Amino acid sequence: MSAVMITRKVRKWEKLPGKNTFCCDGRVMMARQKGVFYLTLFLIVGTCALFFAFECPYLAVHLSPTIPVFAVVLFLFVMAMLLRTSFSDPGVLPRALPEEATFIEMEIEAANGNVPAGQRPPPRIRNVQINNQIVKLKYCYTCKIFRPPRASHCSICDNCVDRFDHHCPWVGNCVGKRNYRYFYLFTMSLSLLTIYIFTFDIVHVVMRSVDKGFLNTLKETPGTVLEVLVCFFTLWSVVGLTGFHTYLISLNQTTNEDIKGSWSGKNRVQNPYSHKNFIKNCCEVLCGPTYPSVLDRRGLMQEDSPVSAEPSFSSGSNPVPQTTHAIICLQKTTAPLIPNEHTPDDAKPSIAASAEKNASPKEEKPPAPKAPPLASPEADPEASLAKDKTH
Amino acid sequence: MYNHNQYLYAKDSFIVKTKDELVEHWCAAAVPPGESSTMAETHSLQDLQQPAVSSKVFVQRDYSSGTICRFHTKFPSELEPRLDKQQFEETIHTLNNLYAEAEKLGGKSYLEGCLACLTAYTIFLCMETHYEKVLKKITRYIKDQNEKIYAPRGLLLTDPIERGLRVIEITIFEDRSIGSER
Repeated sequence: MSAVMITRKVRKWEKLPGKNTFCCDGRVMMARQKGVFYLTLFLIVGTCALFFAFECPYLAVHLSPTIPVFAVVLFLFVMAMLLRTSFSDPGVLPRALPEEATFIEMEIEAANGNVPAGQRPPPRIRNVQINNQIVKLKYCYTCKIFRPPRASHCSICDNCVDRFDHHCPWVGNCVGKRNYRYFYLFTMSLSLLTIYIFTFDIVHVVMRSVDKGFLNTLKETPGTVLEVLVCFFTLWSVVGLTGFHTYLISLNQTTNEDIKGSWSGKNRVQNPYSHKNFIKNCCEVLCGPTYPSVLDRRGLMQEDSPVSAEPSFSSGSNPVPQTTHAIICLQKTTAPLIPNEHTPDDAKPSIAASAEKNASPKEEKPPAPKAPPLASPEADPEASLAKDKTH
Repeated sequence: MYNHNQYLYAKDSFIVKTKDELVEHWCAAAVPPGESSTMAETHSLQDLQQPAVSSKVFVQRDYSSGTICRFHTKFPSELEPRLDKQQFEETIHTLNNLYAEAEKLGGKSYLEGCLACLTAYTIFLCMETHYEKVLKKITRYIKDQNEKIYAPRGLLLTDPIERGLRVIEITIFEDRSIGSER
């Protein structure tokens, strides 16, 4: 039995659970639905292209050449921030591997003691005291972990995200710990860009109308009408959003916490994460350390088994002897239940039984206890503002 | 039949290097004085080949100081026969200090943040962030601790970054050097 198993290099992003899409071999990470993101790109690039085509030549000559230059700089900054927000890992927490999940289950069972038959077991909650405030850590049935404080499970991306703010369809990604500052800078710079284009559109129309009359101006530069319309409606939504997030940053709160009213002050509950100082809060959120991604997307999977049945081009790179490797491969029958269980048949006798027992029922667990209402943090601030936005 | 997957599964990308080192440690431990090391090595290699994983202990995060990265220093009872409480606590304390250094809010981190913002974060394409530098330091420290303290006792520390900074996974291997198990 000397089957030659040749495996191709598989990167870890290919086997990550969750509903993300990856591009550029794992360098780019986004949500599945990207339609609204393309719309955002189209609106920004389209409006700026019209501005550069119709207004800039006139303004550069009649007012100052720095006007288009500054517009270009601002446009590039907006695009950089948008792409950075959309393409980066928001702070996804990797799911627990089977042994860790089993360990936690055993701890929970030990803590709950004996539940009388027929009664529902108590909710899985851990209490932690942070800054003299009791914070409840909830258990995530999908990721099989107790969520860290401020983390939340995004039902759209099916991941637990650290310091979860909201899922933003306009950027096509979740906004969390790692990309919140880029998101904020995007909304702020977009507000500035919108105000800038709107102002200079008006200036341009006024200046030209003085010479040639209002209707002639509109005939000569039809793009202006479109730009003004887009900018007018964008202004209300984006400036409002920037203001809202500035307020949240000054209090060191997330959109999710604000919507759920976690630190609203009822029952003397206060935000334990706030430094009680506006400047310190801003500095922490915007200028704090840049957290690296804990999801190893581009690492190579340790291939103990072939990815697919067909032989691939590179020879097996792991040091396991070929014959043993072949035997293991032939033993493997089904695809893993949970995508990150890449070696499901290796469970040791002590843990195997309980792991197998726990893995399958948990998969069918009803979504009710699992996730906080994530459609609402995403929908509410965006939807109410989006009503104003036209396209 | 011993399943290679077991040991390979125990640690992810850290595997191959230290597996050999771990086997070496076990071999070295098993060589009785006077016997030629090569003979003992072959003999032990056939016996030990891949130390079997007996169980795993997970040291959880300590959130009492907020969302900063800290781990509980409570000594797990499963490690009692193998390790000194003091050594364990020292390892965890050092790790906690290193993570605190990575996440420190101070002049240096603010400067890095502002400079990066001014360059629209393109500077991170060529420069490593402070956090990443400290993470590399932590990886080196854990490797060092594994070599010096944990591997000789049949234990293996997994770098928390491989578990999403949620737990420190300590793998306990079956004690074969005494020859009484299995």
